[in-house]
Amino acid sequence: MTATAEVSTGSRGAQPPVPDGAITVTLKIRRFNPEVDDEPRWDEFEIPALPSDRVLNLLHYVKWYLDGTLTFRRSCAHGICGSDAMRINGVNRLACKVLLKDLLAPKGKQTTITIEPIKGLPVNKDLLVDMEPFFEAFRAVKPYLITYGNEPTRERIQSVADRERFDDTTKCILCACCTTSCPVYWTEGSYFGPAAIVNAHRFIFDSRDEGAEERLDILNDIDGVWRCRTTFNCTDACPRGIQVTKAIQEVKRALLFKRI
Amino acid sequence: MQFHKYDVVIIGAGGAGMRAAIESGQRARTAVLTKLYPTRSHTGAAQGGMCAALANVEEDNWEWHTFDTIKGGDYLVDQDAAEIMAKEAIDAVLDLEKMGLPFNRTPEGKIDQRRFGGHTRNHGEAAVRRACYAADRTGHMILQTLYQNCVKHGIEFFNEFYVLDICLTETEDGPVCTGAVAYELATGEIHVFHAKSVVFATGGFGKVFKTTSNAHTLTGDGMGIVFRKGLPLEDMEFYQFHPTGLAGLGILLTEGARGEGAILRNASGERFMERYAPTIKDLAPRDIVARSMALEVIEGRGAGPNKDYVLLDCTHLGAEVLETKLPDITEFARTYLAVDPVKEPVPVYPTAHYAMGGIPTNVHGEVLRDNDHIVPGLYAAGECACVSVHGANRLGTNSLLDINVFGRRAGIAAAEYANSHDHVDLPENPAKVVEEQVALVLSEHGHERVADIRTELQATMDKNASVYRTEDTLKQALHDVQALKERYQRITVQDKGKRFNTDLLEAVELGFLLELAEVLVVGALARKESRGGHAREDYPNRDDTNFMRHSMYYKQGEGLSADIRLDYKPVTFTRYQPMERKY
Repeated sequence: MTATAEVSTGSRGAQPPVPDGAITVTLKIRRFNPEVDDEPRWDEFEIPALPSDRVLNLLHYVKWYLDGTLTFRRSCAHGICGSDAMRINGVNRLACKVLLKDLLAPKGKQTTITIEPIKGLPVNKDLLVDMEPFFEAFRAVKPYLITYGNEPTRERIQSVADRERFDDTTKCILCACCTTSCPVYWTEGSYFGPAAIVNAHRFIFDSRDEGAEERLDILNDIDGVWRCRTTFNCTDACPRGIQVTKAIQEVKRALLFKRI
Repeated sequence: MQFHKYDVVIIGAGGAGMRAAIESGQRARTAVLTKLYPTRSHTGAAQGGMCAALANVEEDNWEWHTFDTIKGGDYLVDQDAAEIMAKEAIDAVLDLEKMGLPFNRTPEGKIDQRRFGGHTRNHGEAAVRRACYAADRTGHMILQTLYQNCVKHGIEFFNEFYVLDICLTETEDGPVCTGAVAYELATGEIHVFHAKSVVFATGGFGKVFKTTSNAHTLTGDGMGIVFRKGLPLEDMEFYQFHPTGLAGLGILLTEGARGEGAILRNASGERFMERYAPTIKDLAPRDIVARSMALEVIEGRGAGPNKDYVLLDCTHLGAEVLETKLPDITEFARTYLAVDPVKEPVPVYPTAHYAMGGIPTNVHGEVLRDNDHIVPGLYAAGECACVSVHGANRLGTNSLLDINVFGRRAGIAAAEYANSHDHVDLPENPAKVVEEQVALVLSEHGHERVADIRTELQATMDKNASVYRTEDTLKQALHDVQALKERYQRITVQDKGKRFNTDLLEAVELGFLLELAEVLVVGALARKESRGGHAREDYPNRDDTNFMRHSMYYKQGEGLSADIRLDYKPVTFTRYQPMERKY
């Protein structure tokens, strides 16, 4: 482990007791703090962990007992808030939704887990990236209900089938797993990316909404849906199980045939 | 240091903060400061629904909802506030629908409604379908819809700005709130926001416990800041334990599961809630169900190898109901416990969930400085506030309702106050407290590890101040918390940098947790009765003669170890006299 000027040399005390059934795993973490580092590097930590632990537990172990400078975002710890998207063994996942038991090496071999920041967004520190470009694309597709005329006094009526039509894309938690798994987004950051299109889809196919044309115009843009090459990385990456590529295809079809 | 000037500053971007921002932002120049990103708040973890007497699927009216809320709160609810909440619930739901929230629908296309704990027809006759819902991600949809509408209205956010203090300026009429001081996580820079009104919407403090449904970031910052300013906190001993947390993990499984027909069973498969609440059984309020579950385990009827949990049986609901109405919790059980709710019952046990108490406010969200006076310009809403609509025990779904009704009210009130007042000068040296606090944490003054103190705090709170409490366990908890506070004076952090220093952030959060844990325990010791979420084994009955009153806590003097002064505030009654609580 490389020490930096920012790491205190103070003693760090004993480690907490190792629970029964724990195994030793190696965490290989991509580190970069532009405040002190010229280049990113890999740090390795050997830690005790239970098969039922989430990867987030392992990161906490490192941060709390080995290296307090390790930096990442997290909040809810059960896959709802979307804070802890990262590349785990090369694929985008939420650290709180991946369990160690699903990453174990074959019997007798040492398990090594590599963890890197999601790709395509500037790294601010270690696993923490600048989310601003991602949210900018989200805001650009007018991700809110657009209606004209007088509002009804009671609720708008929507059939069960019409509500079902866009159910899948309402599940999005804006974690950026999909967008930052997209090879097009890696090379062309101006592409809106899957998450923004998913959120446009959520409104375009909502029977109450009257803004589909405005949104389709935006997505018809050079950086819009046509950049999608249907590689399905986004669908594989979505921790909410949204059929992301399908949603993008539906938006493309709406543009081609001018109907929803 | 940077200075900013706004009319209204809102602290927190969960449901209450963003609902306030939508109102305030259309009326006055508003900034929202959040230590996270807007859609990361724990409102998004709420699952089951939001109650309102729409009567879309069966007869219902808001007066029944008022009564249920008051009875559910074991009569410690301020009845005028509960009436406002139940009445305004209807528009609150309709407003969300108009903002775009995708509620589940009835066959006629109206908002669908389902049963929920403690919500009844005609004052307790039977469970009523009152909870409006979007599958089992109602909170997620509320959070997303509110953020979408903030985008629509161009609300200004300062993301990852951690507010550590507010500015109070002394005037002839007492203190007036004039702003907030934030630590910018990206740069380590301190920002002073000069404002006419400030709204706290910072959520709860579930992280004082080990087993909790709460996010890591729910550390009671807003309540802690207010308390350190010498302003009171109310009813902090009333902490809700949600009956159905995933056993050992605390992850929430919605009460909506029981609303759809799921049943709690002990090791022998008995539907034990029939013994505790013969009329509404598994749909009794959370305090009653949590106590019943704990008793089953204490008396040896728990399930599993250690007999330390009970079972939530959803198997008879069928795959379709689980996949369409309860998809998220079905997935949680599969992911985290490798249990498939379609085929087998899910191990559950009560999990620390919700603070009924908090920053005392009136029905406009104005923060009280004592029983009779407000702090002009200071507002609070949502879980960090205590109106008090939840009394001693909050009914399921009433938190999502609270954030919408009182978030809206606080946003309107804060903006109207700002529009009719000038900026009052900031106090001298407004950033001093925060600068000193940050410098102290970063300085080399000890070797105590933040994680060790936090782990020990959570362990003693789980063991000694959880569902059931006694004089002895609470004294032990108090002793432990005070010893941990003393150790906290000697903490060290490893990261000394300015850039995204989350090591520092966790240390500061722990300070708030310690402070609030002590208030909770002091309050629980003083309240020698059992009421709602506060169950004393040594005082098993409700004692209306001595304790039908809100607790008010004041910090005496400065420093982490300062004493706590306990005072009382009368409960507001309108039309409901306290009765024995049977379900």
